[in-house]
Amino acid sequence: MKVISVNKLEALRTEILAGKDLDKPCIAVCGGPGCLANQCLEVRDAFVNEIAAKGLTDKVDIRTTGCHGFCERGPIALIYPQEIFYQKLTVEDVPEIVEQTIVNNKTVDRLLYTDDEAGQLVETEGEVPFYKKQMRLILGSNSKIDPHNIEDYIAIGGYSALVKVLGGMQPLEVVDEIKNSGIRGRGGGGFPTGRKWESTRNAQGDIKYVICNADEGDPGAFMDRSILEGNPHSVLEGMIIGAYAIGSNEGYVYVRNEYPLALKNINLAIKQAREAGLLGDNILGSGLNFDLKVNRGGGAFVCGESTALMASLEGKPGEPRAKYIHTSDKGLWDRPSNLNNVETWANIPLIINNGADWYSAIGTESSKGTKVFSLVGKINNTGLVEVPMGMTLREIIFDIGGGIPGGKAFKAVQTGGPSGGCIPESLIDLPVDYDRLTEVGSMMGSGGMIVMDEDTCMVDVALYFINFLMEESCGKCVPCREGLLRMGEILTDITEGRGQMEDLDLIQDLSEVLKDASLCGLGQTAPNPVMSTLKYFRDEYEAHIKDHKCPAGVCTELITYSIDAGNCTGCGLCLKKCPAEAITGETKQPHVLDAGKCIKCGICYDVCKFDAVIKE
Amino acid sequence: MTTNESKLDSIIDEYNAEPGSLISILQDIQAEYNYLPEESLEHVAKRLDIPRVQVFGVATFFKTFSLKPKGKQQIHVCMGTACHVRGSKKVLEELERKLEIKAGDTTQDGEYTLETVNCVGACALGPVVVENEEYHGQMTPIKVESLLNSK
Repeated sequence: MKVISVNKLEALRTEILAGKDLDKPCIAVCGGPGCLANQCLEVRDAFVNEIAAKGLTDKVDIRTTGCHGFCERGPIALIYPQEIFYQKLTVEDVPEIVEQTIVNNKTVDRLLYTDDEAGQLVETEGEVPFYKKQMRLILGSNSKIDPHNIEDYIAIGGYSALVKVLGGMQPLEVVDEIKNSGIRGRGGGGFPTGRKWESTRNAQGDIKYVICNADEGDPGAFMDRSILEGNPHSVLEGMIIGAYAIGSNEGYVYVRNEYPLALKNINLAIKQAREAGLLGDNILGSGLNFDLKVNRGGGAFVCGESTALMASLEGKPGEPRAKYIHTSDKGLWDRPSNLNNVETWANIPLIINNGADWYSAIGTESSKGTKVFSLVGKINNTGLVEVPMGMTLREIIFDIGGGIPGGKAFKAVQTGGPSGGCIPESLIDLPVDYDRLTEVGSMMGSGGMIVMDEDTCMVDVALYFINFLMEESCGKCVPCREGLLRMGEILTDITEGRGQMEDLDLIQDLSEVLKDASLCGLGQTAPNPVMSTLKYFRDEYEAHIKDHKCPAGVCTELITYSIDAGNCTGCGLCLKKCPAEAITGETKQPHVLDAGKCIKCGICYDVCKFDAVIKE
Repeated sequence: MTTNESKLDSIIDEYNAEPGSLISILQDIQAEYNYLPEESLEHVAKRLDIPRVQVFGVATFFKTFSLKPKGKQQIHVCMGTACHVRGSKKVLEELERKLEIKAGDTTQDGEYTLETVNCVGACALGPVVVENEEYHGQMTPIKVESLLNSK
């Protein structure tokens, strides 16, 4: 059905809401990437079958939603209207939930979350410590809607920002509102979004483009995927508002090909929006014409850079160009182009609905609103978290993230992806915003937050990022192409025990060259992981070089395995599992490891139940 | 494998033979043949009326494309940062030993292709191995054997 005016959209919303019984039980099963990998769809199907078997199909809704964020506890389901939070579900748990919670209105205690600190079970999502300190303006909608159903989005107020804009705001007013909100780009650079819009609006040209960067390339970050999968209409609404403000009739969504569900959901959302008259000609009777095309990325990290992404949209290799001519003047096909990332676009309806003043009251002086982080690595509560800008690393990692598993010590947190840096424990009380992260040698990036413990080698981490960037460098400019290669060689030498102290000065020099002379952001920020680890963890570099030791026990060339005859029970498990036949020994007699044959795969260390394998 | 020109044409026509859709066209061809046969690249260049160097440039620039046929079973080891700090390198090395190939290669019998991927976005479950689109989380070198034997 086509909605022909802004009033009609409001009438449709009233109609949808009137048809909804807010007391009707609903089982919202998380279908985010983490839960999907844990077979949540089987759990969902079990709910469907169980509800049908009990003859309750008309009385209970079952919704497959986008990511709820708490991946560590997946598969997750929320039971509305009470918002009961059930975790780590299996197909076997389903009959009990239906019988106890849906039919008898009681909780199934064994499936609830236990707050260890308070020593009690918690019933609702909001009481779970992981969620309690968050401010889920963007992600909070995911559990409330079925991403395949535009009516669900409209029911929670979706497209009301578009109604507000088309119903009575001039394009310039919209630009001003975004400028006044203080929002900065969520994709990496943190450029003020309103200023970008203004430049593109003011640029000469009849044809202008708005583009959504959904080529989430930062390893360790998956927030854009979760927004696109869980709430694609919020991104579309932001883009339509942007098109109106900028004066564009054509847009692109550039989605990573590795995200098939995100592709499916955004394509479906576009189709639904077209059918509803929210995309196409004369949107809501306002005279605005705007439509969108979806392009799939080719798996190149450098395409997160705006000019490389635009080259790729033109069907060319994703090589960046120098930016003395801004893309807001000459971008895609040399026409004015405005590119923002998924999370930025999803923030736009919030700003319009609640106003710039409301938005700018959240966050810090220079960084407004909330930010979604993917909290991963050596941390108890892995998942997606959304917090106001300015929250400290300690609050995010310990209060929300629940600290480090296995009683290990926190060593560092890496933010900003390959362009970012490693922040040490001494800076754990740092408030997280764009400028504070840059000050300490890291950056916001797209919001990856990888936690590292005492078993993580910081030289190995630096080498990891340099290898990553070396592979992803497009090769167009010499400093990046050659500099990364040489830096990788030097770091490899250090991790393999061939390093010299002079190498550290050489790395420093190379870093300066990359920073100053590279063509695009990839090369300019590439030294960050090395420089930050060298600054905060120089002792680890020196241990590798001077003592030929890897203190964290990671760099294989610098560690040796042996068997402690005192602890070895002769169970034979390591002997059986060793791929190199390096272990010998009689049953029930202490075994012996031949260091000459050992390939240092670490399997014996992992399988031994008696702490008899020593790594040093 | 030889390509079927009418199949290629139907893919190209879906995108109105637009040069701007080159990447999408190559993705669809790869989905059809599991890799990009050389003659398909020649055909695309002709139909889109663009230089062959542009088609080969794109086909070799992006990681998603392969000019070599791939195995029946595709194993992708996630090398994202979260997976790395949890030991994905050791998982990859064990897979390389067990399959007797290096990452990027296909076993001689054409059964397995082993590849690395920068991040599959399931960071909470790291290290992750994706086997024919099925995700296996919390992988360890020890679990590699049962993963391969389950097929």
